[in-house]
Amino acid sequence: MVHCRPFGFTGMVEPAITIENDLMGDYEMKGIYLAGACAAALLLGASAASAEGISDGVVKIGVLGDMSGVYKSSFSGEGAVAAVKMAVKDFGGTVLGKPIEVISADHQNKADIGSATARQWIDEQKVDMITDLTNSAVALAVQKLASDKHTITMATGPGSSDLTGKACTKYGIHYGYDTHALAVGTGTAVVKNGGTSWYFITADYAFGHALLHDTSEVVEKLGGKVLGNSMVPIATQDFSSYLLQAQNSGAKVVGLANAGGDTVNSIKQAHEFGLTDAGQQLAGLLVTISDVQSIGTDVAKGLSFTSGWYWNTDEKSKDWAKRYAEVSDNAAPTFVRAADYSLTIAYLNAIKAAGTDDADAVREELGKMKIDDFFAKGGQIRKDGLLIHDMYLLTVKQGGESKWDVANVTATIPGKDAYVAEADSGCSLDAK
Amino acid sequence: MATSEQTIGRSDTRGNGINLVLWAILLLFLLTAPAYIYTVFAMQLLCFALFACAFNLLLGFTGLLSFGHAAFFGAGAYLAGHAIKVWGLPPLAGILLGTAAAAVLGYVIGWLAIRRQGIYFAMITLALAQIIYFFGLQLPFTGGENGLQGIPRGHLFGFLDLNQPLVMYYFVAAVFLIGFLIIYRTIHSPFGQVLKSIRENEPRALSLGYNVTRFKLIAFIISAALSGLAGATKSVVFQFASLTDLHWQTSGEVILMTLLGGLGTIFGPVVGALTVVSLQHELSSLGSWVQVVIGAIFIVCVLVFRRGIIGELARLLKTSSM
Repeated sequence: MVHCRPFGFTGMVEPAITIENDLMGDYEMKGIYLAGACAAALLLGASAASAEGISDGVVKIGVLGDMSGVYKSSFSGEGAVAAVKMAVKDFGGTVLGKPIEVISADHQNKADIGSATARQWIDEQKVDMITDLTNSAVALAVQKLASDKHTITMATGPGSSDLTGKACTKYGIHYGYDTHALAVGTGTAVVKNGGTSWYFITADYAFGHALLHDTSEVVEKLGGKVLGNSMVPIATQDFSSYLLQAQNSGAKVVGLANAGGDTVNSIKQAHEFGLTDAGQQLAGLLVTISDVQSIGTDVAKGLSFTSGWYWNTDEKSKDWAKRYAEVSDNAAPTFVRAADYSLTIAYLNAIKAAGTDDADAVREELGKMKIDDFFAKGGQIRKDGLLIHDMYLLTVKQGGESKWDVANVTATIPGKDAYVAEADSGCSLDAK
Repeated sequence: MATSEQTIGRSDTRGNGINLVLWAILLLFLLTAPAYIYTVFAMQLLCFALFACAFNLLLGFTGLLSFGHAAFFGAGAYLAGHAIKVWGLPPLAGILLGTAAAAVLGYVIGWLAIRRQGIYFAMITLALAQIIYFFGLQLPFTGGENGLQGIPRGHLFGFLDLNQPLVMYYFVAAVFLIGFLIIYRTIHSPFGQVLKSIRENEPRALSLGYNVTRFKLIAFIISAALSGLAGATKSVVFQFASLTDLHWQTSGEVILMTLLGGLGTIFGPVVGALTVVSLQHELSSLGSWVQVVIGAIFIVCVLVFRRGIIGELARLLKTSSM
């Protein structure tokens, strides 16, 4: 007897359904095929691995990002996949005579989904390197897992400086920016212009916490004061109560320790609340040009932010942005996507130099090589996994010539000043 | 009179035969799954199957619809994870601790909720589960939005390395089987008969002198503890406990698994869990659209085969012991 009153299932129906049998049949058939395929793959894999430097006869790059949430349009999404694919194409599509494959998946900003996907990629699909990893919580989980499984991760999207700090791993690389660099860039610029008291609105997960911590440190070091902080869940729609608290705190500067859609929403709502008109200054700690585009240059005018790259700085960068627009259906040429491209080329070069895709050998090559391209000027990957390169302080302008011409470079921050010194990063790889 | 007895006798032998076949399929699946399914995925299937079976004990056999079972699943996951990671307990002890914690939580929530019936019961369990979710978000040891990461798998009994996928798999399979047998035994005991009588007609059970409240509470605690066992095992498999485990959507999913597989059947929740988790897995490239697809399947289930997969199969084969 079947009873389920709350759902109203008490009625009788007379369907003639044989779906169960079909389903079971399918499972069994699939099982047999899969078992056969597994056996075949094992045999093939064994022979390929011993004969060549590339395991499984293919180099697989996995782009694990936020394909549907708040970080889709400026960090991850199809734009990131397009950048990686463009790099593979420019590299020639093969390395050491073996094809390069790019796969992608959506982690939905959930660390459990991200880590389950990464686990399957490494175990089953034999993915050699995982990139993107936007959302620090996901990145921390995946980097740890991948390192345990002897696989390189090259994170571009996440910001948390813990990735190469206390949570650093042997095979984890952080490429493009981190919260420390953002804090130094934007924090210093704002405090020096008189913004001495701060109130933070922080995204409540690893990235926000790291950004809050790093920026507070910079502000206090320069003699400023931190008056308060509000923790906000990711993908919040209504910032009004947090903005009111910020307003009531009387702080000169409201620091937005969030990213992507959250930054766009909070800046827009702060404008509607008249925060800026009342004399408070907004400091967006992680802003991309795509965010500025969504906010509107009229609202964002005068906003200063730190970026790992800007497309309008030199001919090489402009050229890349133009070619990227063609392959990515005009996705925003944000610094994260440029980093995705740059790291793919660097990774493939390292495989070429090492003559194998073995994680140890490739990681060693990556540490040795100088990364000097349109994205990273004088870049170097440290032992803790952090890419050191120059950062830029940008200021939003109005009336740009094209859609993405939204800011001017107001300062260049040399890599060694922007990033934390290797000795202070808190990474204890030798101890592990 | 004689004919009807004969019919019952025949259907029983037949039911036993089918029952044996289903047991054989289940055991065969448990033993051979790693050969054709990715082991971590197989372990995930088993954890959710156990969760659904535990839930079915309450909804299918006692007639109590709890809409907050994620609280027990998540509490088991978080506490086992914390015990193993921070307190350094061996995995089995951590899992047992998580199970015990879920049982205690089940006692508290059950004690409060069974004072009400039907939709009010469901709402109270949902409200209390949301409180647990909030704890999961705010307590310092849970890691908030980041979840509890990097739980070591460790060694079972000190010498079986759970980092070996096959060892881990057979450990999970054993946990599942033990949980499943506990539920099977509960259903087929006199205690289980009382639960069914409460489901069928609570006033009559009361008038026969059964302490209905106490029976309901015990069923609730067993269900909560086994949900906690499933959650704790899951956190060791994935080395991870996250807010998803505590989220109300997880409570909804387990209802879906149970209904899709066949409410009040023994094997139904297992089939339901396999179906839902496989669908989520196969359709994961669709992102959040998975929810829409699963919602549509649920509607089809309600419209076309209300007894669920195993429930309809049992009806076609004219047996009640599946």
